[in-house]
Amino acid sequence: MNEHSEEILSLLRENARLSINDIAAMTKLEAADVQAIIRQMEDSGIIMKYAAIVNPEKDKETKDKVRAEIEIQVTPQREHGFDAIADRIWRFPQVKSLYLMSGGYDLKVIIEGDNLKEVAFFVSSKLSTLEGVRSTKTHFILKTYKENDIVYAEVARDRREGVTA
Amino acid sequence: MNTREDKFSSKMKSIPPSGIRKFFEMIIGRDDIISLGVGEPDFATPWLIREEAFYHMEKGQTSYTSNWGILELREEIAKYLERYKLYYDSKSEILITVGVSEAVDAILRSILNPDDEIIVCEPCYVSYQPLAELCNVKLIHLDTSVNGFYPTAEQIESVITPKTKAIMICSPSNPTGRIIPADELEKIAEVVKKHQIWCLSDEVYCELVYDGHKHVSIGSFPGMKDYTIVLNGFSKAFAMTGWRIGFIACPKDLMAQVHKLHQYSTICAPIMSQFGAAEGLRNGWAEVEKMRVSYQQRRNLMYKAFCDMGLPAAEPEGAFYMFPDIRSTGLTSEEFATKLIEEYQVAVVPGNVFGAAGEGFIRCCYATGTEKIKVAMERIAKMVKELKS
Repeated sequence: MNEHSEEILSLLRENARLSINDIAAMTKLEAADVQAIIRQMEDSGIIMKYAAIVNPEKDKETKDKVRAEIEIQVTPQREHGFDAIADRIWRFPQVKSLYLMSGGYDLKVIIEGDNLKEVAFFVSSKLSTLEGVRSTKTHFILKTYKENDIVYAEVARDRREGVTA
Repeated sequence: MNTREDKFSSKMKSIPPSGIRKFFEMIIGRDDIISLGVGEPDFATPWLIREEAFYHMEKGQTSYTSNWGILELREEIAKYLERYKLYYDSKSEILITVGVSEAVDAILRSILNPDDEIIVCEPCYVSYQPLAELCNVKLIHLDTSVNGFYPTAEQIESVITPKTKAIMICSPSNPTGRIIPADELEKIAEVVKKHQIWCLSDEVYCELVYDGHKHVSIGSFPGMKDYTIVLNGFSKAFAMTGWRIGFIACPKDLMAQVHKLHQYSTICAPIMSQFGAAEGLRNGWAEVEKMRVSYQQRRNLMYKAFCDMGLPAAEPEGAFYMFPDIRSTGLTSEEFATKLIEEYQVAVVPGNVFGAAGEGFIRCCYATGTEKIKVAMERIAKMVKELKS
């Protein structure tokens, strides 16, 4: 990573659809160099993929989904610590995020299901029953205001007025 | 003898309205027009500044402040100015104003006598000239277009007379984005000292400089403090235009005069803005840097587009304006801007509103979204191509 790849990365984080030519213009680099730097970041796994950010409230598919945050206490395994059980958890497609936490519990899972029943079923029959899981606590997510820097609240429009500045 | 017209100040009647205004009136209610006209950031004020203002309002701190402004802010400003080798006493040499605009007005009225001469480096910000004219002085227009849009010491010295009272400079410049190189600034400082005139240095864009350029204040050269009036504010770097907050740093004897005017005309800058600005100076620098980088990227994008369409522009080193040369199209600035807005739905500001030296140029502000800049540049390129074919 050098200064150029940092700058290109920050531009792509903001808008992954910026063209190579625009990035080149904005960074004062040659298009071929920008191309090479991006390729290199893709190959080395720094850039993992380019995906659309969808407003879940507006997308028909996700609009009525139910999301929950589950706090899990587990017994770590010798040699594997928390990784072995984490590995078994994140592979479920219902699991959207998984974190190892400090504090009162060990793993934080965000899961998504079509309805409350489905989430309850998943927790009681899949998560709680995993070997090493000592307890689970489920909190349903009622509303998302901001996630990964994306604000789901109303977007303010440019309200600058003509002034003599 | 007693008409409506007689009821107005003849001096004020002689002042024309700002040329920028006229172009903004053309775009009111038009969503199809992309505006490169507004001279302000497209960012909202950083949250930590807004939050600090809420905090003080919640506590009920809604009063006037001292005429000087809150000491806490003046002390932060004094500390901040040291970055540029400017040393001012927070208690007697720094005054908080309602933006740089009030500061310019207050200074001009505090230093000028009728029939004095004041040198204005054109093209320049639209308020300098009318505010000076209200003081019944003679304006000496310095045409910087002959030199890539910054004044030189030689040029300045050639127009100095025994009546010259002051010179106004702005670096980085609105409307051109150019900065006065440090070596030239040093020579200008020598001229100012030699003739013992005031130098009003509008440094409101000093944090928005690109490609590793460093801002240098004319007040930092040896012996210049006695002749320099530093004008600065929070509107641009901290995206605080609506808060109306700026400051003057100048020698104590002049400040005693300015302070009187400020206290009678303004009392003080809004208290919440003062608390917000102080928080900006303490903790807002990461946000300022983020915005600066973003302006730099958008400048690069716009600069390349103008080069590609054959409208040469001096690459701006600072601020958020570009000032391309449109003379090759055969149109005047006004004609170009009018045609562009009416037929191609892009608003820019004709260069002549910043003084005669700006004729043949347009001011484009790149503090707007990347996508909008790209579409605007395509539209301008289309018009230029059609004009030239």
